[in-house]
Amino acid sequence: MRDVFIIGAGQTPVGEHWDLGLRDLGASAIRAALDDATIETVDALFVGNMLGGAINGQENLGALLADAAGLLPAEAWKVEAACASGGAAVRAAALSVASGAHDVAVAVGIEKMTDAVSESVTAGLASASDCDYEASHGLSFTALSALLMRRYMHEHGVSREDFAPFAVSAHRNAAANENAMFREPISIEEFVRSSQVASPIGVLDAAPVCDGAAAVVICSRDALQGHHRAVRIAASAAATDTIGLAGRADLLTLGAAKRSAEKAFAASGFGPKDFDLFEAHDAFTIITALSVEACGFAPRGEALKRAAHGCFARGGCIPLSTFGGLKARGHPVGASGAYQIVEATLQLRREAGPNQVPGARVALTQSIGGHGSVAVTHVLEA
Amino acid sequence: MPEAMDLPRYRRLTAPYYRLEGRRCKKCGAVQFPAREACGACRGREQEPYRFSGRGTVFSFSEVAMAPQGFSGPYLVALVELEEGVRVTAQLTDVDPDEVEIGMPVEMVTRRLQERGPQGQGYLVYGYKFRPALVPKASTPARP
Repeated sequence: MRDVFIIGAGQTPVGEHWDLGLRDLGASAIRAALDDATIETVDALFVGNMLGGAINGQENLGALLADAAGLLPAEAWKVEAACASGGAAVRAAALSVASGAHDVAVAVGIEKMTDAVSESVTAGLASASDCDYEASHGLSFTALSALLMRRYMHEHGVSREDFAPFAVSAHRNAAANENAMFREPISIEEFVRSSQVASPIGVLDAAPVCDGAAAVVICSRDALQGHHRAVRIAASAAATDTIGLAGRADLLTLGAAKRSAEKAFAASGFGPKDFDLFEAHDAFTIITALSVEACGFAPRGEALKRAAHGCFARGGCIPLSTFGGLKARGHPVGASGAYQIVEATLQLRREAGPNQVPGARVALTQSIGGHGSVAVTHVLEA
Repeated sequence: MPEAMDLPRYRRLTAPYYRLEGRRCKKCGAVQFPAREACGACRGREQEPYRFSGRGTVFSFSEVAMAPQGFSGPYLVALVELEEGVRVTAQLTDVDPDEVEIGMPVEMVTRRLQERGPQGQGYLVYGYKFRPALVPKASTPARP
């Protein structure tokens, strides 16, 4: 397999975009990434998206966005892996270039969630779980996370309040990110008081429903040009676990997240101690904790203790979600994995402004779908 | 979920939904729910239907306040660990939210899960839920 590089990154602000549809958001992010890479055309486009069919009544997003972004007749199709769709699209683009099939490809993650009422969005998100054995029994996506969180609290003897540092830190990081949805700080008291969605999960444990798109241009070493500020994809790995939570022998180990991280560490030669930042899949505070443990940044059951000591805040041992993460930058589900790659790229190019992690050289990103049934992990190197 | 007439879908699920039926491996004896093509323990392909007892304990639970389309909150959901060692995700019923705790003994009952299709003209989907295990009381008088 050939070495692959990110030479362009683009994103739209995350929020409720009443004036912008799927095609507008997608084309905007793609064109921004192409402009950043100073190129006009690509060989292929990979679109990461989860809910286009369920919410927007639009599938075939490959052709839709190739058309809207002026990339015709490039090969283009949609990649779907629930909330990990954005990470999966980046991996598909990286594989296509690494294999030699293409020289330049673009991956875009996109989600337009505000075209539906919240009950429809909740039902759409639940389709990432096992429909016959979870969703059909009234298990919402949040309820499944709540089952994980309750069990974590029980086994590790922690309280709901102990999860607060992840959310508080995410909001603090989003304050200086002009593309973030929530730029206001929150307090531990507000976190604890926030209304329950599915106990013990409150509103401030959870990432918001929103719209957004993020894109990266990926190329081979041969296609690199002198002026490119290239970031190397040192590893790209993915793994799966049971679709339903009930099938997991160890409920509190996200097996797919762990295995994809181990594969990425082996392929890149980097380990947990080598990373300067971690763009985590912080869709719910419990998922942040489990992802941190799966990647080896804390032993099993110790993530909250480390969070309380400031380990995951800016300036800590491993800064997490440096632009606000899914929690505060926002979680347009199929786009989030691509936002992580864009943000890590900005960090490694030292273009993160007030959010810059000093001396950032190696970054880890992890995109998780369906409560850990699928996970995509990337290692990026400056 | 779309408001479609997906009747055959739930007819296919009759065995697991009504009888809590999964599979048992003929080679190693491991049981699983729901059924999968290969044994979860030894990957053996020779399996037979296995009906779970329906008795277990609450492994984790949540009270859903914001319900998805087709459901109305609040209601209780849980991961139940069956006495055969396999877990199942289901709603809890006939219990006060304040009384639920991890480790609580529960048993399967058949209840209405959803109404599908156009409101008032669709069909009802029945399946398993779990309620607190009914412990026979020593003082219960014998039936006449």
